[in-house]
Amino acid sequence: MEQAQPVQKKVLDTRGSYCPGPLTELFKAYREAKQGDILELWATDPAAKPDVKAWTARTGNELVQIVDEKDYTRITVKVTGKRA
Amino acid sequence: MQAQVMKKTPEKMPVDSPLSASKNKLAIVLFSGTVDKLMPVGILASAAATLGMQVDIFATFWGLNAFKKDAVKTNMKFSKDFEEMAGPMMQLMQAKHVPSWYESLKQAKEMGNIKIHACTMTYGLMGMKMEDLDPIVDDTIGAVSFLELAKDAVTLFI
Repeated sequence: MEQAQPVQKKVLDTRGSYCPGPLTELFKAYREAKQGDILELWATDPAAKPDVKAWTARTGNELVQIVDEKDYTRITVKVTGKRA
Repeated sequence: MQAQVMKKTPEKMPVDSPLSASKNKLAIVLFSGTVDKLMPVGILASAAATLGMQVDIFATFWGLNAFKKDAVKTNMKFSKDFEEMAGPMMQLMQAKHVPSWYESLKQAKEMGNIKIHACTMTYGLMGMKMEDLDPIVDDTIGAVSFLELAKDAVTLFI
């Protein structure tokens, strides 16, 4: 299946921000994103991990990976919940 | 560096599927008018918006009073039980760039389908007019209409 535009990756740095900050940033970026895009959320909020898991399950998007860096967590989401 | 690679999420119900067990609506009776109790309203509404949930807020009594044009900017009321925490809390929130209840609620409205309904009983009792209220308030409704909106919603009393 040929894609009209290349896959875009966007980093959302929400370090220092509290719930619902990280998820609202993710959601706002998601609204602008297209099917297949990658959103990488950087968060220090401990709610970010479980909330992104819940969010991706509920909205039909893919949780690709979670990486615990020294001072923050990197959560990668692939946009799979939109129409291609 | 720890890496947990998540398996591809399994097939799931589309958000609006009638077969989905999850309620897709949030209904809040907002009775309180202190800034500490107003905080969760914006936060919950934002979280609901990210999940594609419809949110209906029924602002009644002190909750409706909190939406008067001047009050949205000047309200400093805090729960009496924790009044000594009011100063430190406000300072902490400012220092950590936590948005005010009003900013949080405004942001929620931009993200999703959030409706703020003024309770007609309070509205009438206090002789209010729509011009007295902040434009973030959408309309006035009665308890019966609210309960209809809430019937298939996650419903809270704040």
